Amino acid sequence: MTERREITLTINGTAHKVTVEPRRTLADVIRDDCGQTGTHIGCEHGVCGACTVLVDNEPVRSCLMFAVQAEGRSIRTVEGLQQGEQLHPMQEAFMRHHALQCGFCTPGFLMLAVGALEKRPDLNDEELVDILSSNLCRCTGYENIIKAVRAAAADMKARA
Amino acid sequence: MKPASFSYHVPTSVDEAVALLAELGPQDGRILAGGQSLVPTMAFRMARPTHLIDINGIAELARLTAGGGIVTVGACVRHAAFDSGTLPGATGALLRKVVQNIAHYPIRTRGTFCGSVANADPASEWCCVMAALDGVAVLRSQRGTRRVPAAEFYQGVMATALDEDELLVAAELPMLADDTRTGFVEFSRRKGDFAIAMALVAYRLEGGVIVEPRVAIGGAEPHARRIAEAEDVLSGQAPGAAAFVAAAEAASAAVDPMEDINNTAAYRRGLVRTLTQRALESAE
Repeated sequence: MTERREITLTINGTAHKVTVEPRRTLADVIRDDCGQTGTHIGCEHGVCGACTVLVDNEPVRSCLMFAVQAEGRSIRTVEGLQQGEQLHPMQEAFMRHHALQCGFCTPGFLMLAVGALEKRPDLNDEELVDILSSNLCRCTGYENIIKAVRAAAADMKARA
Repeated sequence: MKPASFSYHVPTSVDEAVALLAELGPQDGRILAGGQSLVPTMAFRMARPTHLIDINGIAELARLTAGGGIVTVGACVRHAAFDSGTLPGATGALLRKVVQNIAHYPIRTRGTFCGSVANADPASEWCCVMAALDGVAVLRSQRGTRRVPAAEFYQGVMATALDEDELLVAAELPMLADDTRTGFVEFSRRKGDFAIAMALVAYRLEGGVIVEPRVAIGGAEPHARRIAEAEDVLSGQAPGAAAFVAAAEAASAAVDPMEDINNTAAYRRGLVRTLTQRALESAE
């Protein structure tokens, strides 16, 4: 019964042609088959948010989507944030505000925050905290993550 | 863990989907909509469907419409659709209040209203809305279409009237009158967790007294339901502390709460009292 399907995933604008079983999650295929290991996998059941990527610009848990479902969609991962030598304002803000310690949750937080702010640049503090409550940071560095996202929000608006 | 193997089917029409379901439903085939409950249970291998029928490619199921006094929620309408101000009136305002309580933002971008309704978790906010508003589940199969009211659709913990060859194509919510006041409050220990209990209330005022009261409780019992005892207490009373406390007391006495490792029945009964009162006090 192990059927396999040939699919093309578009990750950060690059097409990846892969052959996968339908049971493979988008998170696993992004990492193992497409070699984009910036996306991290924590709990594998949609609780921790480490695997958050943007699918058609919406933040989703890539462990709760099958790769076969992502064919024809635009997938963005942490590798796509940097433009040339220039870090994304969210990445810069995370460095400046010490918003990462071990760094395991960081790609998920970056994609969550970028996805949310691209959609709604005027999120207020309460809404930002509510959105950031989606993901877990086992180092519990939440205060600095909130500070960084708040700073990046202002920066993204200024650059827009 | 990783989900077990399954065969993947991608119908492009409802007819095709129900044809597949008629064939594969009896062989442990399942519908895949948002996947935010099904995929975790597959990752735990608590669910091992042999076939998944992915309905995300069926355009007509993505429709959310309001007309003729009914909000119709298609099977692929995501939770996040209720976040925006697109739905009118008191019903739109109520659904915007409720959706803020559902899981987290990246779950709301994928998970669906009808998926929650069909999954029938006792702590599902949308199941509580279906019960409170007397929603109707629209079930399609090759045998035809059935419209099942919420009070008959829910049968127990994650148990519904859905037959294995039936697809929940839409949920229909009768719209509340524009001057209806609504309130929704739930309690969970952490933001985004499954609620231990929730209360949804709605009422109108006529001549200064409460008419058409609705009180629904979710999370406390095997499935959400309206609590007639609490509604009877409110009917004809002036809104205020006396009526709200009495209604909350009646709701608390009427429920038969579930117990689990963290929550005794007495604790849930107390929560029902508190949440009903808060929902009534916050109704606007």
